[in-house]
Amino acid sequence: MPGPYRETDLTEKVEAFLSDLKRGGSGTGPLRGSAETARETTALLRRITAQVRWSSAGDLMEVIRKEGRRMSAAQPSETTVGNMIRRVLKIIREEYARSRGSSEEADQQESLHKLLTSGGLSEENFRQYFTALKANVIEAINELLTELEGTTDNIAMQALEHIHSNEVIMTIGRSRTVEAFLKDAARKRKFHVIVAECAPFCQGHEMATSLSKDGIETTVITDAAIFAVMSRVNKVIIGTQTVLANGGLRAVNGTHTLALAAKHHSTPLIVCAPINFLFISGEILSKVNVHCPVFDYVPPELITLFISNIGGHAPSYIYRLMSELYHPEDHEL
Amino acid sequence: TACCFFSYYFKEPSFISYVIEGKELTKEEKQRLRKEKKQQKKGKEKKDASLPQVSVAETAAPASQLKAERRARQEAERTSKQSKKGDTGQPATTIVKRLPEHIQVDDPDVLKKLAKKLERQQIPRRLDYGYKVSLFSHLLQYSRKAPLTQQLSIPSAVIHPAIVRLGLQYSQGIVAGSNARSIALLHAFKQVISDYTTPSNEELSRDLVNKLKPYISFLNQCRPLSASMGNAIKYIKKEISNIPSQFKEDDAKKKLLNCIECFIEEKIVLAAKAIAKSSIEKINDGDVILVYGCSSLVNHILCEAFEKGRKFRVIVVDSRPRLEGREALRRLVQKGISCTYVLISAVSYILPEVSKVFLGAHALLANGYVMSRVGTSQIALVAKAFNVPVLVCCETYKFCERVQTDSFVSNELDDPDDLIVTRKGETQLKDWQQVPRLGLLNLVYDVTPPDFVDLVITDLGMIPCTSVPVVLRVKNVDLL
Repeated sequence: MPGPYRETDLTEKVEAFLSDLKRGGSGTGPLRGSAETARETTALLRRITAQVRWSSAGDLMEVIRKEGRRMSAAQPSETTVGNMIRRVLKIIREEYARSRGSSEEADQQESLHKLLTSGGLSEENFRQYFTALKANVIEAINELLTELEGTTDNIAMQALEHIHSNEVIMTIGRSRTVEAFLKDAARKRKFHVIVAECAPFCQGHEMATSLSKDGIETTVITDAAIFAVMSRVNKVIIGTQTVLANGGLRAVNGTHTLALAAKHHSTPLIVCAPINFLFISGEILSKVNVHCPVFDYVPPELITLFISNIGGHAPSYIYRLMSELYHPEDHEL
Repeated sequence: TACCFFSYYFKEPSFISYVIEGKELTKEEKQRLRKEKKQQKKGKEKKDASLPQVSVAETAAPASQLKAERRARQEAERTSKQSKKGDTGQPATTIVKRLPEHIQVDDPDVLKKLAKKLERQQIPRRLDYGYKVSLFSHLLQYSRKAPLTQQLSIPSAVIHPAIVRLGLQYSQGIVAGSNARSIALLHAFKQVISDYTTPSNEELSRDLVNKLKPYISFLNQCRPLSASMGNAIKYIKKEISNIPSQFKEDDAKKKLLNCIECFIEEKIVLAAKAIAKSSIEKINDGDVILVYGCSSLVNHILCEAFEKGRKFRVIVVDSRPRLEGREALRRLVQKGISCTYVLISAVSYILPEVSKVFLGAHALLANGYVMSRVGTSQIALVAKAFNVPVLVCCETYKFCERVQTDSFVSNELDDPDDLIVTRKGETQLKDWQQVPRLGLLNLVYDVTPPDFVDLVITDLGMIPCTSVPVVLRVKNVDLL
């Protein structure tokens, strides 16, 4: 029978993904970039939408929320999983609203108006059934996937606007986004890159070998030499694990020191992050080990510019993007 | 080999037959050398007007007369120097120094002069290693795998074996840390002096100084001298030059050995005790103290404070590639102090729990900057951002008249191969030499601006960073 066969196949895929996430977090599984995780999550959600039986939008959202909670629980620090789930939930809401006939803009205005007039929460319960809903949702998720696949390229295309010749650029650790960014700029301009190795995992070494193989003049320095060398650096370009709603960052260990040093020398700090890295959380990081914290919190005052696939923004603009991407009710999965 | 050096330098075939590898220079060669040295010395004496003159007659005159004479001489020289200022381009002050060669590696003329000097002193020259980052092309970069002693003949008749051993210990990193290096240097010099015999027709005060010069060049080639070592050498040279000529050799040697003992005792051991006493007032019960790397002075302070019964805990910050913090951790834990260990990238994470930061220094520069192990300025920066007080502990013999504002103009480049590491079975940078545009930078020192440092604890008391030139001036007057 095709039905249960497809479902077991689906559960297998979900289980495999969950175990990958768990292993990836502990460092033993295949190391994956955040963009890859986002793509895989979205592909999995599309599969769930296509194969699981659901009758109304509300059912689908419940299913996705349940799976989403399991996925987030498997690897709490990989926030792109949760983000993708929230994006998909928002897509479902939008498609549902479109099917019902109301426009999205009115919805947003209504919600702000409702907040001011202390009206209750929207009474949508998403119970209505629309035949075309499934196809629309899957199409929207496909669009999301294409957008995800193109993020790194979109960011890299903006590289020439921000890097001029004979610059000295500093970066820390390894970020695929920054790597693509710098390699794209190196096709037309000559500049020098200094990579801080970012102990103890020393991912900076990989970054340096990869950059120098592409013909970029690279130097590897230890973490201790960041401030010593900063006076000669023109720009600091970093990638990040997550962008927080207040414009702050959750990035690899050592980034806070780098940001402070850049601030002291008035060197601009540019963060390259695709838009799916935005994360809703008020709390500043606390769930890390005592002796070897994996991530750093960088406050928004130390950041000059965010470069995402939709262009450049100041840190103070991030909250607005957040409201466009995610629905407030999905903040808690 | 030594043969080739001599035939190239002297171009006189009659001497070649006298030369055996590693033997000391013949009498004619010595005379030639002496003439050159006299000319050099004359030039140097004009510059070193602030140091006391090296003649026997003046040591008999009273101190105040000496001061007045010296001041008059300084004035005269200052006016004469200002008239011909354009020659060297150096400022017309009484303390005019030659630029050290080890920061002019990109200048071929300087390199040629250095090579000639080393040939004259029969010391092999250490070669640069690996691709140098362009910002640091003016500095030397050596490989630990090629120590200078490989190019020496054994046994070397030119360099005292204690010095050879010391040079090897420096270049391999067996003796590291400015106090340890200075003490090792002084002990080696003690041995040199006790083994020394004055040749006939020579004065001990002049000949011994000349004997020490090739040793110092050799040690410099093994590893660039630190500021503390420089000050110690200056002191010894002054003491040797001040030996009156009527002293018998044994008495002179005894006096010198005594001087060296005094120096070590006063400037290093007693200074550490004094600094520990002042610092203990700054350590309160319940403090969380952050230290960086392994500073013998800071470890001493913490151990003393713990013995006196203060209750505190220590966070040791460490950094690659030297990982000296492990040594500090070992010493503190042996005493029974509770410690935490982190890498320098985690500093902004643990700083909210820290109440004070204690840092050691390699040297204190005349403009108030603190020269210390690379990473110190970073810790001071982050501590300042979190409003945590930063205290630097430094003995006065490490105070240095140099000025520097960034970590580039004068630094030391360590072996770049130290950065290579194997993680998860992969060594990313294994063949970095083959990759054309990849450079590895292993800095040893950096400078911390004085606005990051709240207090400097020295054996003369607790001073702000900006008072360093005052202390230097007082010290120079004391030396007279």
